[in-house]
Amino acid sequence: MLTYLIRRLLAVVVMLVVVMLAVFGIFFLIPKWTGVDVATMFAGKQSDAAALDGIRQKLGLDDPIIVQVFDFFKGILVGRDYVSAGDTLHCSAPCFGYSFKTEQAVWPILADRLPVTLGLAVGAAVIWLLIGLAAGVVSALRRGSIWDRAAMGIALSGVSLPIYFTGLLSLAIFSYGLGLVSNEYTPIEESFPEWFSGMILPWLTLAFLFGAMYARLTRATMLEVMGEDYIRTARAKGVREPVVIRKHAMRSTLTPIITLLGVDLGALMGGAILTETTFSLPGLGQAVLKAIGEKDLPLILGVTLITASAVVVANLIVDLLYGVIDPRVRLA
Amino acid sequence: MNVLLANGPLQRRAWLVIPPAERGCSPTMTAPLHDASAETAPVDPALAGAGDDAKSIEGRSLGRIAWNRLKRDKVALTGGVVVLLLILIAVCAPYIVDLLGHPPDQHHEDAIDPLFQTPKGSLGGLSSEHLLGVEPGNGRDIFSRIVYGARVSLLVGFLSAVVAVVVGTVLGALAGYFGGWLDACISRVMDMLLAFPQLLFIISLISVVPNEMFGLTGTGVRLTVMILVIGFFGWPYIGRIVRGQTLSLREREYVEAARSLGAGRRYILFKELLPNLIAPITVYTTLMIPTNILTEAALSFLGVGVKPPTASWGQMLSQAVRYYETDPMFMVVPGVAIFITVLAFNLFGDGVRDALDPKGSR
Repeated sequence: MLTYLIRRLLAVVVMLVVVMLAVFGIFFLIPKWTGVDVATMFAGKQSDAAALDGIRQKLGLDDPIIVQVFDFFKGILVGRDYVSAGDTLHCSAPCFGYSFKTEQAVWPILADRLPVTLGLAVGAAVIWLLIGLAAGVVSALRRGSIWDRAAMGIALSGVSLPIYFTGLLSLAIFSYGLGLVSNEYTPIEESFPEWFSGMILPWLTLAFLFGAMYARLTRATMLEVMGEDYIRTARAKGVREPVVIRKHAMRSTLTPIITLLGVDLGALMGGAILTETTFSLPGLGQAVLKAIGEKDLPLILGVTLITASAVVVANLIVDLLYGVIDPRVRLA
Repeated sequence: MNVLLANGPLQRRAWLVIPPAERGCSPTMTAPLHDASAETAPVDPALAGAGDDAKSIEGRSLGRIAWNRLKRDKVALTGGVVVLLLILIAVCAPYIVDLLGHPPDQHHEDAIDPLFQTPKGSLGGLSSEHLLGVEPGNGRDIFSRIVYGARVSLLVGFLSAVVAVVVGTVLGALAGYFGGWLDACISRVMDMLLAFPQLLFIISLISVVPNEMFGLTGTGVRLTVMILVIGFFGWPYIGRIVRGQTLSLREREYVEAARSLGAGRRYILFKELLPNLIAPITVYTTLMIPTNILTEAALSFLGVGVKPPTASWGQMLSQAVRYYETDPMFMVVPGVAIFITVLAFNLFGDGVRDALDPKGSR
């Protein structure tokens, strides 16, 4: 168990380093190949040579890429100092550097936006798990019934609709047309009802897409599981059907669901880019999309690393949960 | 994401094969066919009376059985017909647009209300002249843009699936067949790619790609990059399936028989294993295309897809964001276009899966 954990944690670290290298590669190597000076990318094409030199020196752009990566890593763990023209700027851990555009420290920006994304993802996940699991299980048990057909028809539509279209449609109908809910984000500290009113459409939109996926997966897994030998054994032993479903079938049905949930929640931590764009939610996704447009590397690196860590940590938790949910799984 | 759905159930179906008879393969390959037909024959008694060729008991290959099953699946067939129609529309886009006489980039200021910048008339300027209305602001014909947008969607959807399938099949088969360190490397890479924040990376990558590349400019570059990048992030899904299948197939008696007869690695990989991988690969490809179409639309929606004025559905939706209050039609048309396309592919893909896989969940 302990060796398993250590091995997994090592894998997490490797994963994060690779993700970081990939982002560095995209934003430093590709411009190099194509002959674009990174410093002009950040300072604007009109800047004079002295300004460009200053930027290069301050950000360490003239250092070898290895040194830059190392500095960045060091910054996250213990903080780092930026030296330029005699001034020293200390950036304490976790230091993700300073935004090239706004010159603010990246970490506070991210910390500011994290609650929005977290609220969106968790709220939506609660809804889609409830809907998806219930619809999937009932569909599997009443296979071929009207309920099954209707639920699966809706689910198939759900996975075929782009989220920004359902989002816009729901905004046009429920916010603009009927005036039922707000189309603006209000922080939860300011006013809970306002926050709720602004979040309900994003939640439902996101939950519609994911609920549809989970319903399909739940149904398919459940049908598969109900055909397994151990279910027949349980029935043969005289276990009543509700107990067979709850205690025997549900457990193994949950395994792939939990797997998917780990990946999805982790990925959403990096910002549900499309949902946040559609509903103008000031979350991580919106921040990173803007940063990508402005080629603001430190911000992109920050969000990417947060997402990647969220995904790998979620996967780790999921793997540990397997043992609890499914007694057949033994971690080695 | 769609691709994940069939993940669990499919991996266990190694016996699911396309018959060697149809592919002109060596007789050693009949081993799995016997398994499969023995398993399927009693499962499907209705089929015996349904097919035209039911008079003869033997000689129905699994491919034929699957085709018969697909033929009876009206929903899947409808999806297939819609897919064919869409391909036809995309291929004939210039002729269709010529017929109606509104090039996709032509502005129609006369159809726009100068005060509100919205189309004149109801339902977004819908008329016999402009079948689906005109865009607010510049009055471009929406029907023409939708027709041309189909080209982008289908092109990226198909070609990126091809990239994913080729890379996934090759690497998956290599990993599964040779095992050892090669398998370890490829598997780690696949795990890593699956845990990557994909959309983020795709957007980042495309945003740094210059305007001229590979001797292409503008839209050509964006299309190529989108196809390569979407395909690149899609291959691990196929790769994992192929690896799993290859792992179990290479232990089969018929592979052993071929090996003992002196068959080389290449022969075994291409003539013995690959034909047996066709079924799962087909299923995954058909289900991967709609996902790719959605990704392309999402990229265009976020402004990193094809460049304007080239029409694409996602890009039209992103423009519609500004008009959802004043001209909702502008948002509905491209949205419905994406929906119909993706739904048709999904219906057809589900049908193909059920047809190739008699134990399926429907």
